[in-house]
Amino acid sequence: MQALNESGSFFLELFFSGLTRGSIYALIALGYTMVYGIIGLINFAHGEIYMIGAFVGLTVAGILSILQFNLIAILVLAALFAMVYAAAYGYTIEKVAYKPLRGSTRLAPLISAIGMSMFLREYVILAQTPDFVSFPALTEGLFDLGAFSSMIQPTELVILIFSFLMMAGLFILIKKTKIGKAMRAISQDREMAMLLGVNSDRMISLTFMIGSALAAFGAILISAHVGQINYNIGFVVGIKAFTAAVLGGIGSIPGAALGGIILGLTESFATGYVSSDYEDVFAFGILVLILIFKPAGILGKSTTEKV
Amino acid sequence: MVENIKKSSIIAVWFIFLSFPLVVLRVDYIDKTIDYRWHNILWIGIGAFFISWVWRYFLKRKNESDKSSEGKNQGTSASTSRFQVQKIFEHKFALLGILIAAAIVPQFMSTYQTSIFITAMMYVVLGLGLNIVVGMAGLLDLGYVAFYAVGAYTYGLLNLHFGLGFWISIPIAGVLAASFGVLLGIPVLRLRGDYLAIVTLGFGEIVRLVLENWDVVTRGPSGIPGIPKPAFFGVKLGFAGNMTYLFYIILALVVIAMVATRRLQSSRIGRSWVALREDEIACQAMGIDTTKAKLAAFGLGAFWAGIIGVFFAAKSSFVSPMSFTFFESAIILSIVVLGGMGSVLGVILAAGILILLPEYLRFMADYRLLIFGALMVVMMVFKPGGLITNIRQQYTLPKRNSKEELAELHSSET
Repeated sequence: MQALNESGSFFLELFFSGLTRGSIYALIALGYTMVYGIIGLINFAHGEIYMIGAFVGLTVAGILSILQFNLIAILVLAALFAMVYAAAYGYTIEKVAYKPLRGSTRLAPLISAIGMSMFLREYVILAQTPDFVSFPALTEGLFDLGAFSSMIQPTELVILIFSFLMMAGLFILIKKTKIGKAMRAISQDREMAMLLGVNSDRMISLTFMIGSALAAFGAILISAHVGQINYNIGFVVGIKAFTAAVLGGIGSIPGAALGGIILGLTESFATGYVSSDYEDVFAFGILVLILIFKPAGILGKSTTEKV
Repeated sequence: MVENIKKSSIIAVWFIFLSFPLVVLRVDYIDKTIDYRWHNILWIGIGAFFISWVWRYFLKRKNESDKSSEGKNQGTSASTSRFQVQKIFEHKFALLGILIAAAIVPQFMSTYQTSIFITAMMYVVLGLGLNIVVGMAGLLDLGYVAFYAVGAYTYGLLNLHFGLGFWISIPIAGVLAASFGVLLGIPVLRLRGDYLAIVTLGFGEIVRLVLENWDVVTRGPSGIPGIPKPAFFGVKLGFAGNMTYLFYIILALVVIAMVATRRLQSSRIGRSWVALREDEIACQAMGIDTTKAKLAAFGLGAFWAGIIGVFFAAKSSFVSPMSFTFFESAIILSIVVLGGMGSVLGVILAAGILILLPEYLRFMADYRLLIFGALMVVMMVFKPGGLITNIRQQYTLPKRNSKEELAELHSSET
């Protein structure tokens, strides 16, 4: 009985940590999927925007904690600044590295994106630090879970709640508002949407900004949970979020959310029950398998190429 | 002018805003100190002001030349084709010059300099290998370093467990890496450019993670030390002698790789790669077996990486998973991109610029990857063809009287 109970709580622990991870992947995957849906580009620098969001958040949180603000104010302001800055970076990156390339070959924007991602990593190394730096545990004291704390940590609960709220907000934005309608119109047929008076350049910029802000929000939540960041955090998370986006069907927004959560749970259970050494191998393995057997993803529509 | 100053000023302010929390402020959360670096504002401001000015100027020029060349495309092909034949000869002379210069380098240089040149030439071969996959066949491979790792570990492990030597390891590693290439090729055959990039990236990471975690075989993160250098017909050379010997080996490899790439380019398979790159559907419609062409590209590209892997293991006499990160792939890719996709001379030039320049401009060393990244973006925006745009081999008709030609045309039409 004791053993059963233990294995049960171990299972729940893994379940919640997987769910937490998954919701972060989902937040970042949304950025990939929105950009892909609207201009058919994989924004390789998305992971780097996530990383920059974390660093901006750290700077703001550091200053405010020196000024002795209270914890909730620090959290709110750090998240706000991180999102604003990430949006600004996303906007600038789109203008510099992608916009001049519209209408060129398929490979060109992709290489430009890789270059951008290298540039941003080095930029953070040079401007801040190549080492790990500790990130304040901003979300730790928000909830007191009492008896449940063996299954789920308070920081994890914060991540779950806020990321679901964010995603819900995004769904409403996409489905109910005029902006969302314009975005969907562009992703269906850009030229037709432009003919009907949609300012496509502005919508593309807006898409980059929203995606970047979501990534930065995720970055603040997960950094407060993990407790340290460095310049490299965007790389692996970026690939995994991309895997999540592909898993759910790239271009599909509910797909990205679903894909993120499935990927997070798989990873969590695999590391818990199989081996933690190969944690990243599982994610990449899933990616390869999906692309072979169902390239359109779970919720994606498979399209045939017309000649 | 006023317009330009206004625009650039706005951009400068914008970039100061963007970089402020990262470049100016540095907060130590534990010690509760803030490090202000106000002077950086000045650099960012001035830099953004002038770079944006130059950027706009070149963008405008590029757009104008795009427009003007659209109308003139027809009709000039005859004159350009002769021009291009001439250019190919120029390339050949340039290549010959570089080779001769390279051959005498170790006689005049210190061992350290020789070692730098060896590294640069290793990247030339790696660039030529990746050039087959990315430049010719148009398959964006971001996991190229995996094959490099396969080569290095093949030599390292064969030597550790079975005592095999350098020369016997080279073909084994080449073939092994090529079969890994085909192995990766099979599942990704159906994928388009961007998916392919991610899967190959994932593959590269998987290989590195396996090397790092499979302790029993690969000795994990601590790597394999004490890998011997090749012996010169059984004679043990000193340290300097070894370097010179390695130098000539890699020079020979560069020449072989160059000739092979050249020959491949104009062969049947090479032409089918170009067709594949330009338009996959049209290529299929012309009866080219795209499966075979793709697998051949992956296999042959990986082959060179495997060989250079062996060479790398011999040169540094130590291999560990740390040498095979994604950034190695990114550097090789930027060599191919900067040089001009599919262009042999371009790859040599780009490897020279990207590997040698940072060695000699020491003050630049910290900014190396920053500049690589920026260069990749700038190249794609302004000169997607690379430094030396690859020239397609063209068949020129033998010169004949134009009247005769016309008559023949008429007779063949009727």
